[in-house]
Amino acid sequence: MNRRPWVLGLVVALVFLFLYAPIVWLALASFNSSRSLSKISGLSTQWYAELFDDTRVLASLQLTLQLALASALISTVIGTLAAFGLRRAFPGRGLWTVLLSLPLVVPEVVMGVAMLGFFVKLAGIPLGFGALLFAHVAFSLSFVVVVVRSRVSGMDVRMEEAAADLGASPFVAFRTVTLPLVAPAVVAGAAFAFLLSFDDVVISSYLTGVGSTTLPVFVYAQASKRGISPEIVALSTLMVAATALLLIIGVVIASWRARKAGATAQLV
Amino acid sequence: MICVVSRRWLKANALLTPTGLWLGIFLIAPLVVVVQFSFATRDTGVARAVLPWTTQAYLTALDPAFLPIFGRTLVYAVATTAACLLLGFPLAWFIARYGGRYRTLLLAAVLIPFWSSYLARIYAWKALLDGEGLVNTVLGWVGLDRDGGFLLTHGAVILGLTYGFLPFMVLPLYVACERFDFRLVEASYDLGHGRVSTFFRVVLPGVFTGVLAGSLLVLVPAAGDFVTPKLLGGVDQSTFGSVIDDQFRGGNNWPLGSAMAVLLLVLVVLVLLLRGRRGEDVL
Repeated sequence: MNRRPWVLGLVVALVFLFLYAPIVWLALASFNSSRSLSKISGLSTQWYAELFDDTRVLASLQLTLQLALASALISTVIGTLAAFGLRRAFPGRGLWTVLLSLPLVVPEVVMGVAMLGFFVKLAGIPLGFGALLFAHVAFSLSFVVVVVRSRVSGMDVRMEEAAADLGASPFVAFRTVTLPLVAPAVVAGAAFAFLLSFDDVVISSYLTGVGSTTLPVFVYAQASKRGISPEIVALSTLMVAATALLLIIGVVIASWRARKAGATAQLV
Repeated sequence: MICVVSRRWLKANALLTPTGLWLGIFLIAPLVVVVQFSFATRDTGVARAVLPWTTQAYLTALDPAFLPIFGRTLVYAVATTAACLLLGFPLAWFIARYGGRYRTLLLAAVLIPFWSSYLARIYAWKALLDGEGLVNTVLGWVGLDRDGGFLLTHGAVILGLTYGFLPFMVLPLYVACERFDFRLVEASYDLGHGRVSTFFRVVLPGVFTGVLAGSLLVLVPAAGDFVTPKLLGGVDQSTFGSVIDDQFRGGNNWPLGSAMAVLLLVLVVLVLLLRGRRGEDVL
């Protein structure tokens, strides 16, 4: 098979180019001295300065961050429970899987208008932070379940059985054996839920109330009038940079811990 | 034995209850309300949808005038799914097979661009595809440039949609590729099959659940997207999603918007039924 893996390598490199071209372009444009996104005319950091001075952007950024954190927290907790619930076969599991796959496949516009109609006309829930939180958890949950479940179903049940045989209570076994094993998936699920909430335009645009505009909705409203503002480009660049940095730190810590664990294993 | 099964059943359902309640109240109930709205009568006041029940909204939704919009939406969705498969499969296969200890890192590298604002990414493509943008300039060096750039074309919309939905294709494909036993490929070569035959007879059936799950995650959501077509395609690029949006955004016609949403839901159900049991362990 290894006859020509470089062809595949080339294709993969091109796909990565496709993925990163707009991001690299955004990063360049964020240092542009003019407002234009298409032509870079000179270097400046003025957009970053304006970003940190713009109280409207900062206020909606704060609201969006709070919403994303709350949504990620709730959906991670109840989604992880659900992932454990689906671990072993039981009558009715198929039905649960269908229910959980709905938020993944129903188009956002349909969920958005449905929630708008339900919140406004039937449930009497006022639009704003509460409505946004209910909705964001509803569409993020399934992603958490999918991510955590893939890890849980791959886990060796005998590990927990061994812990129980060695006298660990179910709680201790869960905390010391099960939780460390699924922790990476739970973190990944939480990150997924955070991102989905933080970046949502469509559903949020139906549910924002007066004074509770999320950042993406604010940006969308502004952008449709006079294009995207360079401040948002600067903010996007900061977000990608922060994510990449966190990821690198994570990888370094993981490899450091793996090396330490390897060294300990050799000592024993 | 019955006792064991029912205890397991109780435990599983107890763990699933919070999720079930949340989805039941904030997702299923709203979807039921949409179905109800779709049979209501239009009201131009604040009530928006009132009694008596009628099927008028469906008759309007199925009017031939909407046919070009449905057709365009379908073409966008199918082309996006195909493009995501074409780009996503080599990527997922490469990471699963040759990634080694860098697998997680490579997979994360696929996701990093999506931590920037969705709208900012679309606008970046807008700038890149512009008449004076980078893409046109580079293509100009080999004489392939196009007057006015590639903005406001069907290709631009499909490109934008593909970019936006690619991770949803790559992740399930990767899961399927990771489970695939790569020795089967060598076995197939040893048994005299060529590349093409090996791909269609060994690789594709082996990762089919991933292909199915990925297509499911891309096809219907892409059919509902209206922001990307609006920003990259221009004014005459209205899609199924944008028509629904118009009916609700201006308070224009809630029953009609609901009827169209229900038609999309029917598509969702059809696709879920088509998936059957095969895609279940991936999704």
